[in-house]
Amino acid sequence: MAYDKFNILTSTAVPLPLENVDTDQIIPARFLKATERKGFGDNLFRDWRYNGDNSPKESFVLNNPIYSGKILVGGKNFGSGSSREHAAWAVYDYGFRCVVSSFFADIFRNNCLNVGVLPVQVSPEFAEQIFEEIYKDPNTEIEVNLSEQTITIKSTGVQESFEINSYKKENMLNGFDDIDYLQNIKGDIETFANGLLM
Amino acid sequence: MSNTLFDKVWDSHVVRKIEGGPDVFFIDRHFIHEVTSPVAFLGLKTRGLKVLYPERTFATADHNTPTINQHLPVEDSLSANQLKALEDNSNEYGISHWGLGHQKNGIVHVVGPENGITFPGATIVCGDSHTSTHGAFGAIAFGIGTSEVEMVLSTQCIMQPKPKKMRININGTLGKAVTPKDVALFIISKLTTSGATGYFVEYAGDVFENMTMEGRMTVCNLSIEMGARGGMIAPDETTFAYLKGKPLSLKGDKWDEAVANWKTLKTDEGATFDKELTFNASDIEPMITYGTNPGMGMGISKHIPNAEAVEGGVATYKKSLEYMGYGENDSMIGKKVDYVFLGSCTNGRIEDFRAFASIIKGKKKADNITAWLVPGSHEVEALIKEEGILDIITEAGFVLRQPGCSACLAMNDDKVPAGKYAVSTSNRNFEGRQGPGSRTLLASPLVAAAAAVTGVVTDPRELL
Repeated sequence: MAYDKFNILTSTAVPLPLENVDTDQIIPARFLKATERKGFGDNLFRDWRYNGDNSPKESFVLNNPIYSGKILVGGKNFGSGSSREHAAWAVYDYGFRCVVSSFFADIFRNNCLNVGVLPVQVSPEFAEQIFEEIYKDPNTEIEVNLSEQTITIKSTGVQESFEINSYKKENMLNGFDDIDYLQNIKGDIETFANGLLM
Repeated sequence: MSNTLFDKVWDSHVVRKIEGGPDVFFIDRHFIHEVTSPVAFLGLKTRGLKVLYPERTFATADHNTPTINQHLPVEDSLSANQLKALEDNSNEYGISHWGLGHQKNGIVHVVGPENGITFPGATIVCGDSHTSTHGAFGAIAFGIGTSEVEMVLSTQCIMQPKPKKMRININGTLGKAVTPKDVALFIISKLTTSGATGYFVEYAGDVFENMTMEGRMTVCNLSIEMGARGGMIAPDETTFAYLKGKPLSLKGDKWDEAVANWKTLKTDEGATFDKELTFNASDIEPMITYGTNPGMGMGISKHIPNAEAVEGGVATYKKSLEYMGYGENDSMIGKKVDYVFLGSCTNGRIEDFRAFASIIKGKKKADNITAWLVPGSHEVEALIKEEGILDIITEAGFVLRQPGCSACLAMNDDKVPAGKYAVSTSNRNFEGRQGPGSRTLLASPLVAAAAAVTGVVTDPRELL
């Protein structure tokens, strides 16, 4: 599915400094019953965000009007667990375009890249600084520059560079996805398949 | 040049290498189920694409199917809708479909191997993280997202950077009541849930060599729970004996040719890994988890660690214990249990039911326990009856349900109520995993059986 191009994102950020945030928290399994991709943002962090009677839990950060923005800053090992792409869809549909963490689970990171959410892995120290600055001033802006592969805390000017492979970077800058690429090399794939025993 | 098992299988499936990017990786076998495939088919339709090799994809319904009265229409309209979409899409694109009620229906990672769809040296994917199960056969198998399901349907390839390699060696003899599940939970407790992220694991040593295929599947299944994309075990005579004569296994000369080829699938002497870990079998005891991720596990006779003794954030650890209603230093023995779940792609195979039966035989289900015994497939269900296990279960006051993922992820009606404790043979103890507010203790079928007849957490060694 096509998504918006990503180049420079400057935004305030939402802090969620918990470790091991798993995909069952990002979107519980009972909300995976759709046959279309829509409405997943409403159930992002459902059981942390709402009580059993659907009233908002005031203590949860997404219900705190002080914090908002297109960047979600999570704790270490963000997105562990299930392969459900619905987790990345929920993050995107809610309005986040970038997730920052000191460590990502593998499948979640891949899924993000495939749906137009940029996963930015930073050092634990840098993540700590972001949390500190946001808690000091929720209007703190973070700039994520994909071309330059840098992330900057605007108020302090502290910057770090991040890794992304050049193929995925090109895709995100242009809003392409892997199917576009694979369709163009179908001949190679068929030749390969013809040579297989099973 | 010396290569690892992983290198051999990976490198032989690379269609094209992209400089500074991922490999174009060919997929031999693709499993789909009702939950993560509908949007992929929608994508195909939007782009006007066909399924390139429908004979390489296999559909089975499992994630949200009911485990009682499967002959009746599914009551939940959203679930029914997904099941219908899987059937319609399979029919439209010529994909084999084992829907609800089909005699081959069951959990995708149970029916794949038992029908011989899985084979050594294969590359296997599914929109489900526990696809790592199939690594037990010396296959590279891992979970993918829905965008990738669409890629495999339309091009039989995905774009993957090659992971790093880790080998985990365990030698020695396992103690009494120590099962493959305990071996896996032990490894995860040592590595944490992110300790193998970025790696593909090979399990080696006589503990794994001596395991049955069912046991190897349990171990490989749980690879994802330490962050690894997958885990694999070199194929051997145990593997070949399991696969020989399965419905979709090769036959005759083709079988012989394949076996000769599969025998080369092992790590060469001198091949190197990015990381290598070694544990002793004698250090492993029956395991149980006490927290909200599978890394929070310990020997059943131990006490819950202090926050200060744990790696990682103290706040996260304390939040986890608070959710579980446990305290630091607590012993797990004697803790209250409300539900017992035997089943899932981790422990829903015949061997798991044999183990469960070995404990409950001649005893009675404890009054405070609600038990869900859910076979992984109709074939497992048939064996349970054939081997007389059903009689043991019934006499002890338990009921056998019908196949499906069930309470492992509670997408159907098999939900553990808020605040209740479940000893579960499944794979994840995340908050709310088995129903909103549910509390999960992951363990082996033996520990589950011991809880089922005593009503509390009990060391199974006392009952054997």
